[in-house]
Parts: sequence; C-alpha cells; structure tokens
Amino acid sequence: MEKLTFEFLGGAPVNATRAPALVGVVGSGNLEILIEPEKLGGRCAVEILTAARGFGATWEAVLDDFFARHKLADVRISINDVGATPAVVSLRLDQAVENFLGGAQ
Amino acid sequence: MDARTLLEKLFPNGSEVAFDGLYFAGTGESSNGKVAVIGSIDAAPIGVELAFRMAGEVLRIVREYPARPDLPARPILLLVDTQGQRLSRRDELLGINGYMAHLAKCLQLARNKGHKIVGLVYSEAVSGGFLASSLLADRCYALPESQVRVMNLPAMSRITKIPLERLEELSKSSPVFAPGVGNYLKMGAVNALWEGDLSQRLAEALDVPPEGDSRRQWGEERDGRRLARGVAERVRHAAG
Amino acid sequence: MTSYYEASARERLADLLDPGSFHEFLPATERVVSPHLVQLETPAAFDDGVIVGRGTLDGRPVLAAAQEGGFMGGAVGEVHGAKLVGLLERARDEKPAAVLLLVESGGVRLHEANAGLIGVSEIMRAVLALRSAGVPVLVLDGGQFGCFGGMGIVARLCDAIVMSEEGRLGLSGPEVIETTCGVEEFDSRDRALVWRTVGGKHRYLLGEADALVADNIAAFRKAAISLLDTKPDLSIEALTTEHEKLGARLEKFGSCHDALDIWSALGIEAPEGLPLLEADSFVAKVAGRRA
Repeated sequence: MEKLTFEFLGGAPVNATRAPALVGVVGSGNLEILIEPEKLGGRCAVEILTAARGFGATWEAVLDDFFARHKLADVRISINDVGATPAVVSLRLDQAVENFLGGAQ
Repeated sequence: MDARTLLEKLFPNGSEVAFDGLYFAGTGESSNGKVAVIGSIDAAPIGVELAFRMAGEVLRIVREYPARPDLPARPILLLVDTQGQRLSRRDELLGINGYMAHLAKCLQLARNKGHKIVGLVYSEAVSGGFLASSLLADRCYALPESQVRVMNLPAMSRITKIPLERLEELSKSSPVFAPGVGNYLKMGAVNALWEGDLSQRLAEALDVPPEGDSRRQWGEERDGRRLARGVAERVRHAAG
Repeated sequence: MTSYYEASARERLADLLDPGSFHEFLPATERVVSPHLVQLETPAAFDDGVIVGRGTLDGRPVLAAAQEGGFMGGAVGEVHGAKLVGLLERARDEKPAAVLLLVESGGVRLHEANAGLIGVSEIMRAVLALRSAGVPVLVLDGGQFGCFGGMGIVARLCDAIVMSEEGRLGLSGPEVIETTCGVEEFDSRDRALVWRTVGGKHRYLLGEADALVADNIAAFRKAAISLLDTKPDLSIEALTTEHEKLGARLEKFGSCHDALDIWSALGIEAPEGLPLLEADSFVAKVAGRRA
C-alpha cells in the first residue's frame, strides 16, 4: 500500500457550506472518492491511499488533467484505491465533482 | 479435558447427563441448585440435526423449569465442543443458518423468561459453531487449554493473500485475527478463564446478576477491542 | 427500473426509502475506518462497508443499514459490526416502525476475524433484544455477494426476509464448501446448482423468505412496505411452532439430495422449470405449495 499526497494552487474557492460528496466503492479495480469543502488557503489537497505501489507519476498525470478541467480551491479530495485504471480514476473524479457542485449548497 | 471428567469437576454433588452420539444433555447439582446442561463432544461439527436438537432441549427446559415463587428459572450451561458448522451442501439445502438462528431464538426466549445462560468452552470453539452456541450465553467462559478461532493462520494467509510471516508477526501484538483463547479473552468475548475448583467457578458465574451485552466494554477495558464500544455508542446517539 | 443486484448499497438505500429521506449516521466524512486493514496493508473504506442511518418508508420512520458487497464482500469487521449494533440499539431507544437490513455479506472479515465473529454475535444479540422489545427487523437480500456466514444466521433471526431470485442465503458459501470438501460435494461454478440450493426461489419455497420479488429496487420497496406491520413474536408458542416446522423439514426433506427433490416432494409439477420463471409467475405457480 502507498500513500500519496498532491496539492494544486490557483483554483477558484468553493462555498464552504457545500455538502461533501462520495462516489465509488473500495473494490478491485475501483476506488472511492470523497470531496469536502475545507479552508485550505486556496489550495486543493488530494490524499490517496492505494493498494498498488509505484504509480505516483501516473496519479500525478491523471490529477493534473483533472485539475485542468476543474479548477477547485479550498477543497480536500480523499481517495481509497484498489488498483483502478487511469480511465476509471478520471471518470470517478468527474462524477465526484459533478455530485459535489451539483449538490445542495 | 473430556466431557465426563469436566462434568465430575463441575458437579461434584452429582449430575445426570445422557450422551447420545456427539450430543449430551441433562442436569447437574450445583451449590446454587439444579443446572440444565446441553453440550457436544469430539469437536462436533454443528449441522442441522444437532442445532435442532439443542433448540428442542432449550424449549423443554423453558417449558418444564420456569421461574417459580420459591425457585428461579433453571439456569442453562452450554458445554459445546465444536470444530465449527458442518460444511455440506445438504446442510445448506436444508437451511442450516435457519436452524442455528432457531437455537439462538430459543436461547433468547430462555433469557427473556429469566433463565441464566452460561457458556463454557472446554475444548474447542470455532467460527459458526461458536457463534451458534457459547457466544449466545449471557457470559462465556473458557478453560485455559481450550482452543478458540475462526481460522488458522495458513488458511487465512491463502485466502487474504497476506504473507503468513506477516500474519504471524502481527499476531504477536494484535489479538484481532489470530486463533487463541487469550485473544478472545482480551477482546471481551470470553469473560474469564476458569481455573482451580470448577464447581466454585460455576457457582460464582451463576451468582452474577443478569446484564445486557457488555462484551464491547470488556474488550475496551482489556485493550483488545478499542473501537467497537465507542463506534456503537456514536451511532446510537448520533444527532438526527 | 433500477436493478437491486447491480446497484451499490448507497443507491439501494436512496431508492428504497422515501426520496431524500435518508440521513446517515457516521458518514464517510467522519472517517471511521478499520485500523486493522491498514495494518495489513489493505485499503480501508470510509464507511467500513456499511451505511447506517434513518429515513422514512411510506411516510413511516425507519432505521436502515446497507452492506456494500463491493468492499471486501460486505464482510463484517470491528467497525462494520459495531455500526450495525449501534443502529439496532438506537432502535430500542427510538422504537421506529421497523429496522431494515439490506444485507450483502460473506460473513466475518478474515483480516479481523476475531473482532468480526464477536461483532456478528453482538449483532445477533442486539437483533433478538430489539425484537423482544417489539420492533420488527426486516431483511432485504438481493445483492451480488448474497448473505452468508454469520450474517446468514442474523438474517434468519429477523422478522421477515425479502429476496429476489438473484439473492442467496446460507451459512457456508459454495466456494468454501468446495475448497474444504471437494468439487464433488459442491461445484461452486455450477451456477444453476448454486442458485437452486441457496437462491431466493428455494428459500421462498422452504418458507424462509417471506416475499420473492423481481430484481428491481421498486419491487423490494413495495414488499418492505407490505411487511412494515409485522409484529415480532418470540413467545414460546411461536418458537414451538417454528420448532415443529423445522422438525418436519428434516423428516420430509432430510434425505433429499437436490432442491429439485424437495420441490417435487412439495407437489410442484415440472420443478425443473421453476428457475426459468419470472418472479410473478413463479409466485403464482407455487402458491399453496410452500413448506
């Protein structure tokens, strides 16, 4: 198992009263993603616990793309992963953001 | 310890217990009065027939020995030696889980009617067989030499794909998954190990007033199960 | 129509209860995860594979729990078990119309086997105490992993069980029996054999499942609503009746080798055709023939 953390700067802060969103399941080839608003001084913090070691560069690339699509700030993203492919990770991240921003204020 | 020796030690004043195959039942004389005994021998696999038979005996005890003005409901002592549930397609076809659940319901009926239920693991208690018997007692005790487990570590390693060495190493400090009566003591499922005069230990156990299920608390006090009590409390009292 | 079998535990709860009524206790943001999994280098889930909370069903207050089979097969660990126990004890305080258990579990989680086994026994005690206090507990079983191990016993402790044909209910899973006793005892890859031994239709015919519904969440909801007024009965009369029924089952079917033999003995014509029937026509065909 490996723990990875990333930070992104330069996004637009989301409303701190937004309800957190959770998508996915911690099962083989899948992952769960929790997005929460948090005062992080304009940062978007991502923390990943993954069963597959040695994929830090892949995660970084997937998250770079993600942040290019969704410039979030003051948001914490927590991920529990069991070897999801980059395509699945991207899909789930988009679902999570959609639920988060589409959900109740 | 074999069941007959055990019964002599538990009931030096005498007992009348009938053995039939892997099953036995009867009555023992304790210093607190008569005690109903239900048990099994030879690490019996608990299948549909055995669970059904034990349930029938519990119902008979509830019917014939209820609480009276001068006498409490007759206590029940479970002395179940089991290697676990019987593994067979036939048992599944007939709904073995339902037979075990029926036994559990009958024990709850007895509890609701004021019968004290004491479990003593005297040899082996494994997985589903343990779940359907001694773990349903008000309090479960064990002899120090008894064996309690869900699964041995090599089998656990094969299924979880966690290296055996890692499991063995971690089991030295964690009571949470490895076999051993000491682990179940630490986690609160076994209240105490019985040593010395067993008839005296039984008399003491029969003197304990009825209580709810306190095993989470014991597990926490003994530093074996640190989360269960607190998590259950939080769900019970969460806002909303 | 959303498939119950395909849906996640969260989706099941959301669609089963009145829209928007579900409120979760100890949600993912609380991060009450299993420390034992992390210790064994195994990823944990923020809800430990079970969602517990309150909601309404047909306007009536209920407490509900759903196990997520996708996470470790819905297996019970220390936190998972304690969440279920806490919910059942809360029901004793609050006296809702019912507690709904959306079960999907292989039983005890081996990574924390002792804590899981003890946890299941605490769930059993809590279900029985709750029923003794007059609150019915309803089980819904139609997930991909079925309901086995200790949770199979828990299910049969409850007031009623709703199953789909896809649901499975038992103690030792077919794979466990095959691994231990050999493929000639139970061929776990023979899907037809597995389903007719532990599947919803057989459980319904034996009288263990109270309702057999099609695989969609709306059908489960309808069946659950119809069972809301079930009155728990742990009286000596009720248990004596159950005892007689279980005794009669051993006598009548104890020498049967296959579910087909049991279905024949129940007087059902052409029993080999039962697995092919849709839920509604199946229920109509076996009316009056159940054990």
